[in-house]
Amino acid sequence: MKIHEYQAKEILRKYGVTTPRGVPCFSVDEAVKASRELGGKAWVVKAQIHAGGRGKGGGVKVAKSEGEVREWAGKILGMMLKTHQTGPEGQKVRRLLIEEGADIKKELYVGMVVDRGTQRVALMASSEGGIDIEEVAAKTPEKIHKVFIDPGAGLKDAEADGIAAKIGIPAASVPQARTILKGLYRAFDETDASLAEINPLILTGDGKVVALDAKIDFDDNALFRHPDLQPLRDLDEEDPAEVEASKYDLNYIQLEGDIGCLVNGAGLAMATMDIIKLYGGAPANFLDVGGGATTEKVTEAFKIMLRIPHLKAILVNIFGGIMKCDVIAAGVVAAARQVSLKVPLVVRLEGTNVELGKKILAESGLPIISGNNMADAAQKVVAAAKGGSQAAKGGK
Amino acid sequence: MSILIDRNTRVMTQGITGKTGQFHTKTGKEYANGRNCYVAGVNPKKPGESYEGIPIFATVKEAKQKTGANVSVIYVPPPFAAAAIDEAVEADLDLVICITEGIPVRDMIRTKYKMQGRRTQLIGPNCPGVITPDEIKIGIMPGHIHKKGRIGVVSRSGTLTYEAVGQLMELGLGQSSCVGIGGDPVNGLKHVDVLKMFNDDPETDAVIMVGEIGGSDEENAARWVKANMKKPVVGFIAGVTAPPGKRMGHAGAIISGGKGTAQEKLAVMEECGIKVTKNPAEMGKLLKSVLK
Repeated sequence: MKIHEYQAKEILRKYGVTTPRGVPCFSVDEAVKASRELGGKAWVVKAQIHAGGRGKGGGVKVAKSEGEVREWAGKILGMMLKTHQTGPEGQKVRRLLIEEGADIKKELYVGMVVDRGTQRVALMASSEGGIDIEEVAAKTPEKIHKVFIDPGAGLKDAEADGIAAKIGIPAASVPQARTILKGLYRAFDETDASLAEINPLILTGDGKVVALDAKIDFDDNALFRHPDLQPLRDLDEEDPAEVEASKYDLNYIQLEGDIGCLVNGAGLAMATMDIIKLYGGAPANFLDVGGGATTEKVTEAFKIMLRIPHLKAILVNIFGGIMKCDVIAAGVVAAARQVSLKVPLVVRLEGTNVELGKKILAESGLPIISGNNMADAAQKVVAAAKGGSQAAKGGK
Repeated sequence: MSILIDRNTRVMTQGITGKTGQFHTKTGKEYANGRNCYVAGVNPKKPGESYEGIPIFATVKEAKQKTGANVSVIYVPPPFAAAAIDEAVEADLDLVICITEGIPVRDMIRTKYKMQGRRTQLIGPNCPGVITPDEIKIGIMPGHIHKKGRIGVVSRSGTLTYEAVGQLMELGLGQSSCVGIGGDPVNGLKHVDVLKMFNDDPETDAVIMVGEIGGSDEENAARWVKANMKKPVVGFIAGVTAPPGKRMGHAGAIISGGKGTAQEKLAVMEECGIKVTKNPAEMGKLLKSVLK
């Protein structure tokens, strides 16, 4: 689960991380009021969307007067903000963060992720902040410093101080940096984060270390034990099809192609997308219905796929293990009847009770195209999708 | 021979009283030598009871002492599964196979930390389990699609393993053992560990290695294969079409920061002498082509 910058900063403040003072706002008037409350001579108007790269996209502006706060807030709220992490249409800005201006002397980077190699949390830090850390890693990997944190002991003082010194924090500011680094680790650990980033971490003119930006992602598998974090989810930031699918416990990701896929198992679902592409088609989605797919789940999955306006065909690819083929076949038939399927449907069944499953499909009377194996099914669905589009063109 | 488990393995089920644990303990017991293999169950609240004639004990330690079980399979729900692994490790079992999907990463980091220096090996979590066809099945895979033979299969994905097995069977090729190492980012044995075992197993002639996007386990395994493997290995990586930054079902299947792409993995595997295919329907054919 992703959250907004202002929410991440609220969490980090609880762990002793210094941030600029700021107020989240949902309207221009609120933004102006916030700037009055904060006082001072300069404010930063920051678009709150879940994607990174907001500054470059025009979603972060400095205002030097109340009029400018009003102007920028008006321009940013409601804009379709395009960054390298949003789609080409961009993401609509619905929330702002109004912050006091900061006196930036130096921009640094600190972040934490789970490192698969060591199977520990890695602290990464760099003297190069304010830019994409992946860019730093690619161009100047020697400027990234890492500590793999001992899960028993946590981040040690000496480790934190060492990292602080390496990224160029002056001796006088190291104790404050230590508080921030240790706080960041405690926040990461105690909230079950999967990523926590402060980019940039700044050094101010008077030697303070401040988290100017913040990003935290959480491990979805651990949300059950964080009821306090669950309300931070912002459904406006997620794909509507994916939100709908999550209600039915379906693992769904929207893609850009025109062939819908319904598969059991994450690996097979990815492989199904791959083979569609290999045979010249384009998958419209990733969908793993899991091991316990019921008629209801299959029906909902069909409904979600059928909302894709450019959908040309659907491929159901099931290798039944725990999930019996006859159960899925009955589900497919019931679902296809319920949603009045208007695109060609190719079904490939294999595994437990496969003959029974095929019989149910054949006897249904529905125009289901049967795939003998994965390759055959993929070729048939690609052909069906292309045929469909040609017919549509011919009809014009 | 085979790897990890065989007809002489003695298994206990942790979480034997739950619906999933019961179902798969029953099918495991009915498969090949399962009647002799499945000897114990664990549930701290139900010691003294039994399921399908299998006695239930309060702790892993007691189940091991009383029955000689050396392997456990875990179907405990996610919030408690890491603790179940810890208990099996503390009881010094040979192998723990954790089927449970959805264990918090933080729990697994601590469990792996506690496992340092211990003798117990871990498979999973979030995996289908391990099968040595016609001898023993531990996990959720359909037993009947397998047949004893000389091909090893190692995979991060459940259904894609079945797919590979199905393709082998069409070509008349049986399997020595099939190992699902699971789709989580922090887990037990990696591809490389399982490949080492297949390399040492006199009854395995060649291996299908199935990987997916995320992490660099496949690359590490490929480098090891280049330097050490005496047997042919063929591979497939799922997720060539997966968009970056999205978790593709498995917690570990994500391209982050441009790292862990299928293209990158396939390139390294090829460099290291592993024959790869981009067509998931041709894993079996490719394997057959490298057999001597």
